Amino acid sequence: MTAKPESVPKIRFRDPQIELAHGAGGKASRRLIEGLFAPLLIGPLEEPLGDASHFSVNGSRLAITADSFVVKPLTFPGGSIGELAVNGTVNDLAVSGARAEVLVVTFVLEAGLPTDILEAEVRAMAGAAQRAGVRIVGGDTKVVENGKADRMYITTAGIGQTIPNVHISPKSVRPGDQVLLSGPIGDHGITILLARGELDLEADLRSDTRSVLPMVEALAEAAAPGLRWMRDPTRGGVATALNELARDCGLAVHLREEWIPLHDAVRGACELLGLDPLHIANEGQCLAVVAPEFADRALAALQGISSEAAVIGEIRSTPAATVVATSTYGGTRIVDMLVGDPLPRIC
Amino acid sequence: MRFVDEFRQPELITKAAEEIRRLADPNRHYRLMEVCGGHTHAIYRFGIKDLLPSNIELIHGPGCPVCVLPMGRIDDGLSMTEKPGVIFTAFGDMMRVPGTHGSPLEYKARGRDVRIVYSPMDALKLAQANPERHVAFFAIGFETTAPSTARTLMRARVLGIRNFSVFCNHVTIIPAIRAILDSPDMRLDAFIGPGHVSTVIGCRPYEWIAANEHKPIVVSGFEPVDILQSVVMILRQLREGRAEVENQYKRVVPWEGNGAALRAMAEVFQLRPYFEWRGLGFISQSALRIRDEYADWDAEQVFSVPGLRVTDPKAAQCGEVLKGVLKPAQCKLFGKECTPDYPIGALMVSSEGSCAAFYNYEHRKAVVAAAAE
Repeated sequence: MTAKPESVPKIRFRDPQIELAHGAGGKASRRLIEGLFAPLLIGPLEEPLGDASHFSVNGSRLAITADSFVVKPLTFPGGSIGELAVNGTVNDLAVSGARAEVLVVTFVLEAGLPTDILEAEVRAMAGAAQRAGVRIVGGDTKVVENGKADRMYITTAGIGQTIPNVHISPKSVRPGDQVLLSGPIGDHGITILLARGELDLEADLRSDTRSVLPMVEALAEAAAPGLRWMRDPTRGGVATALNELARDCGLAVHLREEWIPLHDAVRGACELLGLDPLHIANEGQCLAVVAPEFADRALAALQGISSEAAVIGEIRSTPAATVVATSTYGGTRIVDMLVGDPLPRIC
Repeated sequence: MRFVDEFRQPELITKAAEEIRRLADPNRHYRLMEVCGGHTHAIYRFGIKDLLPSNIELIHGPGCPVCVLPMGRIDDGLSMTEKPGVIFTAFGDMMRVPGTHGSPLEYKARGRDVRIVYSPMDALKLAQANPERHVAFFAIGFETTAPSTARTLMRARVLGIRNFSVFCNHVTIIPAIRAILDSPDMRLDAFIGPGHVSTVIGCRPYEWIAANEHKPIVVSGFEPVDILQSVVMILRQLREGRAEVENQYKRVVPWEGNGAALRAMAEVFQLRPYFEWRGLGFISQSALRIRDEYADWDAEQVFSVPGLRVTDPKAAQCGEVLKGVLKPAQCKLFGKECTPDYPIGALMVSSEGSCAAFYNYEHRKAVVAAAAE
């Protein structure tokens, strides 16, 4: 039997081998997912891939997602891999418009890992799950030889119930919509960079890892009919998340640089290292696009949870599928997606 | 933030932009070259072009150390990763630059021990911490970074650290400017002089540009106010028929340069008779090699470096772009085969490379139109 021509998946991924950039959350990751994984595993995409997939079981709307965590060092100011693993999946569900109900967790452990380090991470997961209001109901463990993994990797998968009246889709975004951000950007990424101890830099910074579900619920309560799109800007930062939005909706995202909340320590580190804060990872922030008539209410709701929440820009029709930032003095620049990992610049 | 915010104040920027419009002769076209890749990056990042009248054209110069390195040198460096026990170290800037068989980052992904360091001193510390391994440092940069490489080698010698070597690719700025000026297809009115390099070499080495070539050169800082102020100073000179070296970046650049840094460079390095630059070809006395007294720490002596000469892909016009003869978008590969995702030339990799910066300007007209909505 021969397959019908239209059922032959179209593979567009041409990179000869997997590089680190394919896991960095930017353009290369997107090529891998849309050029190889999706065509073979999902089929033609009707909607752009979001943070979680929604489906119905016996009439109830559910959402499912999974996330893996590899981080060095395992613990850092403000958090650790265990907390990230819980919050990451809770957040992916939250910004897709779902409340996490249950998680399962998989550990890949390197032989030789001290038990007290593992126990500390398991305790951190239990605490994060309790704070996020989600139950961990099962999982799996694998141990690999010493030297075959970097101490421990954690994967979590979660199922959630969709929040009533929230319908998130980049296709619903319209010119004039406002772009909201829950708080200062880059704290997590810069904290990790400094915690690696390879730079002779110190700063009073903590990772922002936390559940963003309370923010999503507040937004839903205040502005559900006007809530068009949400994302937690993790790897690749705000720039990558908004570029995906711009591409998926075909519109322009216009940012005002001075409106973007940013701690001085992050700004200073980025200036020194030649990094763009818009490319730096966050683990507890929420980006939202809201219809203009709901923007005030949505902002007030966000500020009720995170006082530094702000409107950072708006959607316009041109230039199509592009993110643009305007500085205080009127200079404009295109904000591109991150290519690979952010690398400090020296010379 | 101190030392940054003062130089990004909207009022100062608006004032400088107005002054530029007042000074620029509307009947004249100005071609100013910013020599330094740091300026190219800043001009792109701050949207400086939007603030200039359309008859002032900024031409990107050769001052991006990553961009001017020919692919053969990258291959030579990466050949060291094949030797057992070697830890190969480089600045983050180098990590995505393509060699014939991939970039340092791709070598790392394939399992070679390639690490990012933030200073040559960090590479030396790595050697001290791993006495059973050999740490090779891929040194790049103009006079900006050469002194710290020199100090590191002096320290390695004093401490007698034998498992450390430097693959020296330091180049010097003045011969590059001379090569640009000697290029027959190049017409320039003035230079925005490099800021960081001048903190080391000072302003004197540029005097011949003013005296012999009769072109103004203003050494500039990297903030928006700095760059605009430098354009103002250039326009004043042109208007008054002067050609002088002026220092806009006085808060950092001493006229005579940094004596201690220059002495360290003189102690460790000597000029190579010639060195190949990407696009510009062989330029005599344009690069530094490690003196024989330091041969034990010279990676070119420690390893048998193949000394590869690799021609750039024929269609790529990196050289013309580096010289400022072509705009990045005029290269046949720009935005098609060569993008920041799949760079063919280094100019598309480094954030200071004019192609990478220009790539982000592709839609510039549309952006300006949209911003005016």
